Amino acid sequence: MRVALFATCLGDTLFPDAVKATAVLLTRLGQEVVFPPGQTCCGQMHVNTGYQADALPLVRNYTADFADESIDAVVAPSGSCVGSIRHQHAIVAERYGDRSLRERVERAGAKTYELSEFLVDVLGVTDVGAYFPHRVTYHPTCHSLRMLRVGDKPLRLLKQVREIDLVELPGAEECCGFGGTFALKNSETSTAMLSDKMRAVTTTGAEFCSAGDSSCLMHIGGGLSRLRTGIGTVHLAEVLASTEQRVRPEEEVSA
Amino acid sequence: MSSAFLGIPTPPPRAPYATGHLRGDQSFPDAAHTALDNTQQRRNLGKATATIRGKRDRMADELPDWEELRSAGAALKADVLARLPELLERFEREVTERGGVVHWARDADEANEIVTRLVAEKGSDEVLKVKSMATQEIGLNEHLESAGIAPVETDLAELIVQLGADRPSHILVPAIHRNRAEIRDIFLREMPGVDPNLDDDPVRLAEEARKYLRSKFMSTRVAISGANFGVADTGTLSVVESEGNGRMCLTMPETLITVMGIEKLVPSFTDLEVFLQLLPRSSTGERMNPYTSMWTGVTEGDGPGEFHLVLLDNGRSATLADGVGREALQCIRCSACLNVCPVYERTGGKAYGSTYPGPIGAVLTPQLAGMHESRDDPNASLPYASSLCGACYDVCPVKIDIPSLLVELRHQHVEQSRYTAEAAMMRASSLAMSSAKRFTKAQRASRLGRVLGGADGRISALPPPLNAWTSARDLPAPPKRTFREWWDSEDGREAVRAARREAERGES
Amino acid sequence: MNARDVVLGRVRDALAAAPPEPVTVPRDYRGRRELPDEQRMELLVDRLGEYRADVYRCSVAETAATVAEALGDVRLVAVPGGLDGSWTEELTGRVEVDSAELPVRWLEDVDGVVTSSAVTCAETGTVFLDASADQGRRALTLVPDLHVCVVDLSSVVVGVPEAVGRLDPVRPTTMISGPSATSDIELDRVEGVHGPRTLRVVVRVDG
Repeated sequence: MRVALFATCLGDTLFPDAVKATAVLLTRLGQEVVFPPGQTCCGQMHVNTGYQADALPLVRNYTADFADESIDAVVAPSGSCVGSIRHQHAIVAERYGDRSLRERVERAGAKTYELSEFLVDVLGVTDVGAYFPHRVTYHPTCHSLRMLRVGDKPLRLLKQVREIDLVELPGAEECCGFGGTFALKNSETSTAMLSDKMRAVTTTGAEFCSAGDSSCLMHIGGGLSRLRTGIGTVHLAEVLASTEQRVRPEEEVSA
Repeated sequence: MSSAFLGIPTPPPRAPYATGHLRGDQSFPDAAHTALDNTQQRRNLGKATATIRGKRDRMADELPDWEELRSAGAALKADVLARLPELLERFEREVTERGGVVHWARDADEANEIVTRLVAEKGSDEVLKVKSMATQEIGLNEHLESAGIAPVETDLAELIVQLGADRPSHILVPAIHRNRAEIRDIFLREMPGVDPNLDDDPVRLAEEARKYLRSKFMSTRVAISGANFGVADTGTLSVVESEGNGRMCLTMPETLITVMGIEKLVPSFTDLEVFLQLLPRSSTGERMNPYTSMWTGVTEGDGPGEFHLVLLDNGRSATLADGVGREALQCIRCSACLNVCPVYERTGGKAYGSTYPGPIGAVLTPQLAGMHESRDDPNASLPYASSLCGACYDVCPVKIDIPSLLVELRHQHVEQSRYTAEAAMMRASSLAMSSAKRFTKAQRASRLGRVLGGADGRISALPPPLNAWTSARDLPAPPKRTFREWWDSEDGREAVRAARREAERGES
Repeated sequence: MNARDVVLGRVRDALAAAPPEPVTVPRDYRGRRELPDEQRMELLVDRLGEYRADVYRCSVAETAATVAEALGDVRLVAVPGGLDGSWTEELTGRVEVDSAELPVRWLEDVDGVVTSSAVTCAETGTVFLDASADQGRRALTLVPDLHVCVVDLSSVVVGVPEAVGRLDPVRPTTMISGPSATSDIELDRVEGVHGPRTLRVVVRVDG
């Protein structure tokens, strides 16, 4: 399949390792991976903060690249961005767009997948040949869980990883308190939610907290870092792309 | 003025600004600040919501047709909204034919006046009340008191709240924020005729409330209730409860006055078969609540000889006028969304400033009462009081898509607000990301952020508004290369080539 | 314009502003379920037990003895006017017939009440009273502290839809699922607030 990678603005700019891992993993699984260079951002932050008119150019830009018929599927390592593309782009297009935009939104949205969905539902694999010799706990993230309904797909993938010590996260399904601009507008409530999430992560004794969304990981990781817990964060894609030869294959230390 | 005269529909008015309880006096983040500091309340709330959540889950999971019931419940309520004029007229006709008297109230002020007049006409200076969201919404108790009539709340939790001169914090268990010792103290201080040796055993506390209220039930001539359901095709009303105080109020007095929002209809009596399954399981996490009463008008020789029904608008028609937002009117007040909400669990109900707290309150309150009615209207902060985690939608028995409604109300708020710094920032970022060329330029600029990172690549302090982030969280400094720079680099190309070789090896 | 016309006018305007789609209600939830007698009985007994209601099983012939056992040695028993007189033949206490003419206050002196029932839902353990002559006015089963309710197994249906289907909407109806209860104090369940503190259900099997 010809699979277009949607890096997401956050992944492209701040967390490229997760996107690199996605590119390597999908290629290793025999897919022809392309990166349409015109892509930018899905507009989720704009829509979720109330700025639907400002999301319109971003929706238009997304469909310009990804609605194209030469692309069989679009894969993004982010449950919340895929959720926005599949559920919110139509709202913006309905309100501000014309018929042609609505059609492109429909076409692009129908073939856009979150990574674990694509692996399990489209490629039909749960064992991707990964190796990750660490104690890991998995936070399923709200939008993957309740908007996309990915269910236990990420866990089925993780359970097949060699040498992984996967430990259950207490209260896993509860929100980490990120919620985009919620973390700024209701910072104290957000922090109270984060504290409980971090307490849950800490009790597992994990070396890494993993998730399928860099934004949630940025939030949880930001808290864990502030408290100097020594617990790291790792994107699901990075775990799945790790092998005996190279654990966290394309990691670039940021500083 | 209706469309018949103008040819175009007039937007119906919101609930009056200051009457009743549909607006707090501070914004949600400010109110939450106080609530988050209250560790006792947070413990009580955490324990209570977790307990009810667990019970609800077991009761919903037990029914193999739970999803089918939800779909039916959602469709029935949507049908009610779509056919509201004809169903209201039918309902009114049925109630009237069975001996009830129907009154209509444009808003809280009018409803308060009607009820107070009816009570005064009976010559009563005391009136019994069954726990009712609608009468709390309109501030009926305060209005009755100002007219020299003492309302007596008969639901145990409402009584605790009333005696403690407090405000409810939960739809179902309004005194959820109080523990037994606090309740004992309130009873000792405020309850006439209380046993001075009262301890804090819940059995003793409930017994004391029974004693206190029994004489009231036997002697008070007027009672006021809300309604869980009004059946359009039969004129039947229904109150769902646990303690028996509802039955007492609906049965013992000479006169019963029921205040009901115009959206609380169900189309036909048969439809109760859906809601009587959805409501108790979602609400208290029981297969059925101990008592449900149904009555139709007046019955000779059984119960009140006089029955008045007040049909309340108070912003409901304004909510109905919004094709998206009207979904909030499907709510059957079960409070399941409160119990699963991570925000509610930590801030409690009072932070929402409204009779309707939690996720449903955050979408219902701004629609009933508006969110642009004053400069810095506190209601404008409610649609943002959510991380959009979606847990509320999953448990809603009538499938109200609360996250989508929150997003819609945020849109409406932005559209109707003046241009802010935030709007400028959103506009600028939209422009920057509307093409890859501008986006990559912005990415290069953001790399300047690397200088903010310490030796370990953490950013621990940022200027406003981002200091709200760094108050409790670090941010990684931007990486050396963006993804697209890596993709276009020799490293990136080599990584992909290597992966492709592995794929080929795997196939051969 | 009066409030009625104003409110109805607003509702019409609201719908005109954003006309809704006509709604079709999907009815694929369970209804018209049937179970053999024994299974309905087991389900009902299980559910009543969870509400901590006391359950007595008997045959029709054993009604009077079982009702007497369920009431115990109470002094004053009230019954509705249409109750089968034979049910109370073995009671030790005094039996008085309630009627609409009597002030409800007299019920405060009553120790226990015996009634029949309209229909019962096994799945939820709910007894429905519809104020028929053998069930009496609503106050009768509310004010006294002990309620003994006789349920014929033939009137026990499986689910809520089957039970609602047997009701007459015009009759004042009370659904009872266990004794009155509150969980308002720290969610600790306390039984017996304002309604009867004890509910005893006598389930009769025909023949």
